[in-house]
Amino acid sequence: MEKIFKLDEDKIIPLSWREEDLNLEDLIEKLTINLLRLAVTKLPPDVKEALKDAYERERNPTGRIQLKAILENIRLAEEEGLPICQDTGLISFYLRAGSRFSCLEKIEKTLRRAVAKATAQIPLRPNAVDPLTQKNSGDNTGRFVPYIHWSIMPGDFLEITALPKGGGSENMCALRILRPSDGIAGLKRFVLERVVNAGGMPCPPVIIGVGLGGGADIAMDLAKKALLRSLDEPHPNRVISRLEDELLDAVNRTGIGPMGLGGDITALAVRVEYANRHPASYPVAVAFQCWAARRASARIYADGRVECLSHGDVDLLED
Amino acid sequence: MEEIEVYTPISERVIRRLRVGDQVYLSGVIITARDAAHKRIIRYIQEARDLPFSLEGSALYHCGPIVRRLNGEWRVLAAGPTTSMRMEPFEAELVKMGVKVIIGKGGMGDKTKDSLRRYGSVYCAFTGGAAALAAKHVESVVDVKWLDLGMPEAVWILRVKRFGPLIVSMDSHGRSLYEEVRSEAMRNLEEILKHLNGRSES
Repeated sequence: MEKIFKLDEDKIIPLSWREEDLNLEDLIEKLTINLLRLAVTKLPPDVKEALKDAYERERNPTGRIQLKAILENIRLAEEEGLPICQDTGLISFYLRAGSRFSCLEKIEKTLRRAVAKATAQIPLRPNAVDPLTQKNSGDNTGRFVPYIHWSIMPGDFLEITALPKGGGSENMCALRILRPSDGIAGLKRFVLERVVNAGGMPCPPVIIGVGLGGGADIAMDLAKKALLRSLDEPHPNRVISRLEDELLDAVNRTGIGPMGLGGDITALAVRVEYANRHPASYPVAVAFQCWAARRASARIYADGRVECLSHGDVDLLED
Repeated sequence: MEEIEVYTPISERVIRRLRVGDQVYLSGVIITARDAAHKRIIRYIQEARDLPFSLEGSALYHCGPIVRRLNGEWRVLAAGPTTSMRMEPFEAELVKMGVKVIIGKGGMGDKTKDSLRRYGSVYCAFTGGAAALAAKHVESVVDVKWLDLGMPEAVWILRVKRFGPLIVSMDSHGRSLYEEVRSEAMRNLEEILKHLNGRSES
């Protein structure tokens, strides 16, 4: 793919894998590096389609200029294997692990190693800063970074979703514990106020994740997880999917527009997830994802087979 | 929409002609600076030390690029804008030092807006996240200063050709497109919420 990076020889870590000695850890490492490369250079097809559709629908000339630049940028990044955005984000992984998958105890270490190597090879911008010393680790790893979310289920596979999330949109995330009497109307007001307040800062058109219920941590976790759902997949609960459509319509009536410069398309989608709540509290979390909604997912089976889940038919084991 | 070409060094006369909403393409030299570089520039100004680059007539870009050294030469791989608001506490001082075009995303506050009117400068938006597009318009890295701050925070002096599209979003006549868009949204908010809540109840 991008040979230009390979010239920087002191940064290159040789990767070798022979079919005869299947080593799952090595495979997972290679898969993860390629998954991160895929994530930062190529948007998932659902996001790309949503942006093309936004360009068709936008009527504001300034908004159209922004969307045209975005589409041009996506094409360039894909063609030249360059990062879509220079902020390649703080990296987190969402794992769905089959209980019969082997070497589960080694996966966290393997992912950390993959992130450090990917930072040099792709390259990614080093984005993991110690908040006490302000020192940048230089390789995107650090205390609790990359953060890894686990869920365990029956099966002999491991699903890895890489979510390299930019700082601009992350800075706009917000949580409020509403009064139970505020209810859904309170949620709607809170979401709309955050969108208007954020203006152009989270790089609209955004995807908005809303987490409702649980405690403070659960609400924000759900808001983030909501961002992982494909844009063409409606929520299975019809009350929620209707709320998502209504919120999207309302957000796009604000006129904030692409990059906050005015226009019809402020958000590509609103995604809501919910949990039961304590009788006394009504937590609502809002997570913003910029238009460069980078995520990539793959599934690896115990026998070493790999499937890309987010970008169609992509070889994730190529050197 | 009309495309306006601007070349560095930039004069106040050119700036005063620009209005909110104009589409600009910039050629010449741009200087990157984000949080840490701004802090250091301010320290230099306070200590009356000479900066290792000139801000007079300059274009200042809020950007922390990904740069690679290949065969002894720097190459910019990705160089989209960062959120400008973080530089708000410092920017008026830099405008006073001669920065004519600030490039970033998301807009800036009142202190910067006042300095733009006073000294004849503008703030332009470059499409956030469009890092590959930005890198394509960087012809070469002229120099890099303060690399000790780290790759994204260092001051990169870049030769650019038709860098854009840039949208004049805060002009030298006191207008801010962000403010106008946001206050319009604020005005509509209650109406939007009424409509939204009405729908659910029906």
